[in-house]
Amino acid sequence: MYSASDLRKGLRVEIDGVPFVITDFNFVKPGKGASIYNCRLKNMITGATLTRSYRSNDTLNEPKLEERTMRYSYKDGDEYVFLDKNFEQLTVRAEVLGDNRFFLVEEIEVTILVHNDAPIGVELPTFVEKTIVETEPGARGNTATNVLKPAKIEGGYAIEVPLFINQGDVIRIDTRTGGYSDRVRTA
Amino acid sequence: MGVENLLRTPIPPHAHTPIRGFVSGSSPLSRFKPVLALRSRILRAIRDFFDARGFLEVETPIRIAAPALELHIDAMPSGDAWLRTSPELHMKRLLAAGCERLYQLGPCFRQGERGQRHHPEFTLLEWYRTNADYRDILAETKALIAAVAEAALGRTWLDYRRTHIELMPVWETLTVAEAFKTFAGWNPVEHFDAERFDLDMVNKVEPNLPAACPVVLMDYPTDVAALARRKPEDPRVAERWELYIAGIEIANAFSELTDPAEQRTRFAACAAERRALGKPVYPLDENFLAALESGLPPAAGIALGVDRLVMLLAGVASLDDVLPFRDP
Repeated sequence: MYSASDLRKGLRVEIDGVPFVITDFNFVKPGKGASIYNCRLKNMITGATLTRSYRSNDTLNEPKLEERTMRYSYKDGDEYVFLDKNFEQLTVRAEVLGDNRFFLVEEIEVTILVHNDAPIGVELPTFVEKTIVETEPGARGNTATNVLKPAKIEGGYAIEVPLFINQGDVIRIDTRTGGYSDRVRTA
Repeated sequence: MGVENLLRTPIPPHAHTPIRGFVSGSSPLSRFKPVLALRSRILRAIRDFFDARGFLEVETPIRIAAPALELHIDAMPSGDAWLRTSPELHMKRLLAAGCERLYQLGPCFRQGERGQRHHPEFTLLEWYRTNADYRDILAETKALIAAVAEAALGRTWLDYRRTHIELMPVWETLTVAEAFKTFAGWNPVEHFDAERFDLDMVNKVEPNLPAACPVVLMDYPTDVAALARRKPEDPRVAERWELYIAGIEIANAFSELTDPAEQRTRFAACAAERRALGKPVYPLDENFLAALESGLPPAAGIALGVDRLVMLLAGVASLDDVLPFRDP
C-alpha cells in the first residue's frame, strides 16, 4: 500500500485492479493549502494515459507484478505459448503481444510482465531476424536506403524496406518501432 | 538557458569578490556559480531596500516550542521542540513590544513539502509594519520587486520560460472570487468547499492566471484566512493576498489579526481539525497570545519565498537549479 507521499515518477500502482505506471509527477501546494500530488499515469495493459490528483490521505495499492524470462515455444490458434527454464508454461493472447507476435522466432528469449498471474506485456530483444516472403523484385545496384517499397514477412506483417531487398532476403527488424533496420543476408 | 544568460548580464562590481584558492573545477556544484552570484545580489538588494526604509533586521529562534497552528503546515520535530515553519509569531511579539518595522531573512522548515517549487528547508523573507494594512504591504512589495530585479538583473522585465513578463508598472489584481468564477466556474466566497478549493487553485486557477505581469489574488474566504483579519467592508473575506509571477506563488500577505480572543478561537479550531486528521497538534503559543492581549496596534506583514524569487529571476523551472545541496 502506498500513501500519496510515496508517489514518484516510475512507480507502479494499481487503480481499480489495473496496473499503472506514473510517467509524470509533481508535488503542488497552494499557499496555506493542502498538499496535492499530481500524477500522469499510463495504463500498463492498454497504454492509455490519464491524470489524477491525490491528497495526503489517499492510498494506492501496489500491483502484484512479476517479470518472467521465457522462451517462445509454439503458436496454438490465437494463443502463443512460452516456456521458462523449468518448462513451466505461460500462454499469451495475440492482443497482448500486438505486432510483437509477428516478430517471434522459435526459442527467442523474451521478458513477460505478469500481473495477478495474467501476462500483460511481452518485451522482445531489440532486434529480430525475419525472412521477406513477398515484395517486388529488387532494383539491382540500388543501395539507397531512403527509398522504400512495401514488403511482407512470414505471418503477413507489412513492412517498408529499401528497393534492393528481394524475396527470400533476411532482414533485421527493430522491435521497438516495428521498422526495417538492415539486411542480414541475401536469398 | 536562463542561468547561462546571467553570465552575460552586467554584474555590479561589489558582487564579484574573488574567493581565495577557489579553482573552478568539475564539481557538480560548479554549475551553481551563476545562480549563487545572482542569489547573493538578490539578498543584498533586499537588505538595502529595507535598511533604506528604516526597517530593523531581526533574527528570531529557529528551534521553537510552539509552531503556528495551521491546518496544512506541518513542522519538523527537533528533539523536544520543533523547527519553525515561519518566524511570524515571534516577529509579531516584537511588533507588540514596540518595534514598528521589522524584517527577517532566514531558514524555515516544513515537513513533507518537496517538489519543483518546494523544498522542506527554504528561505523566507518576512517583514511586518505597524499602522499599516495589506494594501500598504502590496505597495511596498511592488517597490521591493522592482528594486531587487533592477539590482540583480539591471532591468525590470523577465523572459521566463518563453513568457515575457513586465514586472513594472502594472500588477493585475483579481479577487479570489473573480479568479475562481473565471477559471474554475464557482465562487468560494459564497459557498466554501475545502476539498475543491485547493485542488482547483492549483489545477485550474494558478495555471491560467495572466502571465504578462505579476498578479495579485486578493481577499480570501475566511475559511482560509489563516492569521489575517476580516475585511471590515465584507466580513465573508479576509484581508489576505498572494503574489503570483509566471503562475508561481511568490508571497503571502495579511492585514494581521490582532484580536486575541479571535486568534485563540482560530488556533483552537485548527487544533481540533488537526487532531481529527491525526496530525500532530502543537501547543498554543501563550507568549504570542499574551503579546496580542497586551495590545498589538493595527499591523500588516508578509512572507516571501526567496528561493522561488531566485528561481524566477534566474529563469529556471525548478528549485533543482537553485539549491546546490538539494538531494535528488
